[in-house]
Amino acid sequence: MLEIISKPWPWYVAGPLIGLTVPVLLIIGNKSFGISSSLRHICASCIPSNIPFFNYEWKKEIWNLFFVLGIFIGGVIATFFLSNPNEMVIAPELVKELQTYGITNFEGLMPYQLFSWESLFTVRGFIMIVIGGFLVGFGTRYAGGCTSGHAIMGLSTLQWPSLVATICFMIGGFVMVNFILPFILKL
Amino acid sequence: MNNKNIFTANLKFLLVGIIFGIVFVKAEIISWFRIQEMFKLQSFHMYGVIGSAVFVGLISVLIIKKFNIKTLNGEEIIFSKKVFNKGQVFGGLLFGLGWGITGACPGPLFAQIGSGVTVILVTLLAAIAGTWVYGKFKDKLPH
Repeated sequence: MLEIISKPWPWYVAGPLIGLTVPVLLIIGNKSFGISSSLRHICASCIPSNIPFFNYEWKKEIWNLFFVLGIFIGGVIATFFLSNPNEMVIAPELVKELQTYGITNFEGLMPYQLFSWESLFTVRGFIMIVIGGFLVGFGTRYAGGCTSGHAIMGLSTLQWPSLVATICFMIGGFVMVNFILPFILKL
Repeated sequence: MNNKNIFTANLKFLLVGIIFGIVFVKAEIISWFRIQEMFKLQSFHMYGVIGSAVFVGLISVLIIKKFNIKTLNGEEIIFSKKVFNKGQVFGGLLFGLGWGITGACPGPLFAQIGSGVTVILVTLLAAIAGTWVYGKFKDKLPH
């Protein structure tokens, strides 16, 4: 059993489990699935700074902070108790391309040569870790949701504004990965 | 509610989050490599994950509506309506750019930190800063 769990889970197991989060959250607490709101609640609870956007009763939304704390704990459990003993399988074209940017370590789920404390103090690492994160936080709030709130919850309830948002997420990602990131990775 | 009650009332959300975090790691959704493969059309994995998640979500919502299923406390289930504004375009594109760089949406950030890549704490702080800056300049941005 543990052996099966330790292997990487295929999409047709993971996707439906993620989809089931939608009814589970609705039924156990009448909550709409969404994760990026947690960032807003963190702002509202820690640094509201008299900004109207952060002036609301965040304590009523505290379930969302419990949910993301759970995601963190789940990450710990999966990594330290259920981890895949084998190396991750990555598309050979991607490996080849990344090698031309000096990325040679393909152990683990993240390339440590890009996402590590040493990398943070390089131009390339700073852009990827800090600017990238800023865009994620700014963009999701501006769009009113992320992959969970729009792509999954919004599309599940057939809301066309969420379809627009999802298409824009994909366009942004395509442009970045194919046209801009190659220049950043060369730095 | 006192602190103890808040904790017990929200424990169920913590548990759902834990399962969710495990799925994120085990299906390699938090992997930067998988997101690169998705946007370079080198792998079907992420499309399968998102597509089947939407499919199951859609069917579940239809069932809830059709049979008028209530919450465990017997409340009517509320679906909030998303109202269109230009933010979904501008914000959506900006988030997409960030997603392509970091390989993470907000959810996976928390799981990445849990998986031991502690520097992603900085990415999370930057995302919180981004959210704050949006809140600060919200009225000046086109919506």
